[in-house]
Amino acid sequence: MSENIDNGETALALLRDMLRIRRFEERCAELYGESKIRGFLHLYIGEEAVAVGAVRALGPDDAIVATYREHGHALVRGVSANAIMAEMYGRREGCCRGRGGSMHLFDAATRFYGGNAIVGGGLPIAVGLALADRLQGRAGVTAAFFGEGAVAEGAFHESMNLAALWRLPVAFFCENNFYAMGTALARSESQTDLCAKAAAFGMPATKVDGMDVMAVHEAAREAVRQVRGGGPVFVEFQTYRYRAHSMFDPDLYRDRAEIEAWKKRGPIHNLSNRLKALGKLTEAQFLALDAEATKEVEAAVAFAEAGSLEPIEDLALDVVAGRKR
Amino acid sequence: MRISYREAMRMALHDALASDPRVFLMGEDVGKYGGSYAVSKGFLDEFGPERIRDTPLSELAFVGAGIGAALGGMRPIVEVMTVNFSLLALDAIVNSAALYRHMSAGQFHVPLVIRMATGAGRQLAAQHSHSLENWYAHVPGLTVVAPATIDDARGMLAAALAEPDPVIVFEHVMLYNVEGELGDAWREADLRSARVMKSGRDVTLIAWGGTVGKAIEAAEALAADGIDAEVVDLRVLRPLDDATYVASVRRTHRAVVVDEGWRSGSLAAEVMARIMEQAFYDLDAPVARVCSEEVPIPYAKHLEDAALPQPAKIVAAVRRMLGGAAGASR
Ligand SMILES: Cc1ncc(C[n+]2csc(CCOP(=O)(O)OP(=O)(O)O)c2C)c(N)n1
Repeated sequence: MSENIDNGETALALLRDMLRIRRFEERCAELYGESKIRGFLHLYIGEEAVAVGAVRALGPDDAIVATYREHGHALVRGVSANAIMAEMYGRREGCCRGRGGSMHLFDAATRFYGGNAIVGGGLPIAVGLALADRLQGRAGVTAAFFGEGAVAEGAFHESMNLAALWRLPVAFFCENNFYAMGTALARSESQTDLCAKAAAFGMPATKVDGMDVMAVHEAAREAVRQVRGGGPVFVEFQTYRYRAHSMFDPDLYRDRAEIEAWKKRGPIHNLSNRLKALGKLTEAQFLALDAEATKEVEAAVAFAEAGSLEPIEDLALDVVAGRKR
Repeated sequence: MRISYREAMRMALHDALASDPRVFLMGEDVGKYGGSYAVSKGFLDEFGPERIRDTPLSELAFVGAGIGAALGGMRPIVEVMTVNFSLLALDAIVNSAALYRHMSAGQFHVPLVIRMATGAGRQLAAQHSHSLENWYAHVPGLTVVAPATIDDARGMLAAALAEPDPVIVFEHVMLYNVEGELGDAWREADLRSARVMKSGRDVTLIAWGGTVGKAIEAAEALAADGIDAEVVDLRVLRPLDDATYVASVRRTHRAVVVDEGWRSGSLAAEVMARIMEQAFYDLDAPVARVCSEEVPIPYAKHLEDAALPQPAKIVAAVRRMLGGAAGASR
């Protein structure tokens, strides 16, 4: 257990962010049922501690490369709930004017480089962003988020090697939720100790309880510090998604008991109970944080509902540089 | 019997697995998950993990392994979730599967079937919605097919497995839930011929995969205006069955090619060129095409719809060609 839970202020900020993601995504699931959101929707519910603890370890000049399960990362990074929700509604007020949807959130202002839905596709790009920082003498770190499923792709191994070989400032943040769609880790990897893979590249690696946001935050801060001073680092956050892979997934491959066992370790009540026990949080304060999160989400829904559609004449904009809006 | 395209594909796979011990299925989530489009649901229990092989997320490795297994005497069916992800295995397909027979002067050949979903329409956005059939149709050594009907979904797989060389089967994502009557025609499904789906006198609409249904819809709309359109389903994208669609164009003297790929460098361009080469003097109008707009397919419904070929766009192209003259004849 990490000690800095004593820092009640940090802990409350992390709790607040986890609640923001949770309420945002629960609402997304409802909106999917109402056909307001379409396409693929991958929920992060259960995994919030990882994005919250890790993204909060980054500075404003650092960069993020994420996957299609990235609403939480975007929210914590500072992309507004309004812009994300409007994007999922396919509205022009969305962060990508409705072109990307749930899987492709991008935001230049916060150096949020997507939203990549090709498994492993973001990893070489993270290496290149780090190379650009290095070549231009900037102190930035690039955080690459990816699932354990991506570890089987050639892109993972090639990117790890290149980053280690050139000692580039990449934090490889692996979100190990133990399933890649329906395929359990042990059914897809001969070596299930993911840190051993990093060791093969001579890269420092740590395994962290991804359900404990304080532990995540501490490990991520340490990793970012190390990366900024030298070469790449690999961190495996062990976590679990409570929901199906996407809204199309009948979720036939997991035991209900397994899901329930992980839910008992849920990152939100895990932290709030500890804070209450330490006298740093009252139930009333918790409810206030929760209400605040819900309010933000409802405002985002209203914003998206009131949004407009990108004109069809602008369909071909932003394919290459040229014509302006 | 009325069944869905998914069910037809599933029956075909089931037959193949049940009738030939050399056949096995591998790909991401084909087993425990039941297939990302639920085509192979239940197969793992029935045929076991040796023959229904869930693979890691390693497109290059498992497609390459399919090539090796085919060289080694098996008849693998490899499923790649979508054509978009097949780009991670493009090297294995283009630089190996397509070339072994030629490079080895006929000593080796690769009897491999690769199935992949293709196309847009489900708001899955740019990295999940593209139609890259023409990339594969460009490559000598490959056979490329696009079953568009229930009969072809049922019949083409067996024909593909009978081929001594690699075959790529494109299944359009919007077809899986389409239902239709399964007749007997599927038993004769070949990998060489195009098919006239509906005959007509005034114009030939040439389509394949996901655009066949749209072409038929357009033909129905045109019929209401007294324009009699013929619809040809290419079925096989490599090698192209020139004889069938060129004969059709010779009868109707006009052609519109409907292609969900992007216009530049499209398969539509190839079909048009062949019509020009073989039937130029039979044409009453320049051949036209309806393709996807040249943008990555966007998420928002109205933008996705606008980016894709639609029946209304086909109707408009035909009207433009006929200059408003309904039922015009030579
Ligand atoms: C190259 C590629 N292959 C297959 C897919 C389909 N797919 C999307 S997500 C996924 C599972 C990925 O699992 P993991 O990396 O563990 O991340 P998680 O979804 O668990 O967050 C698969 C197979 C894809 N998007 N890209």
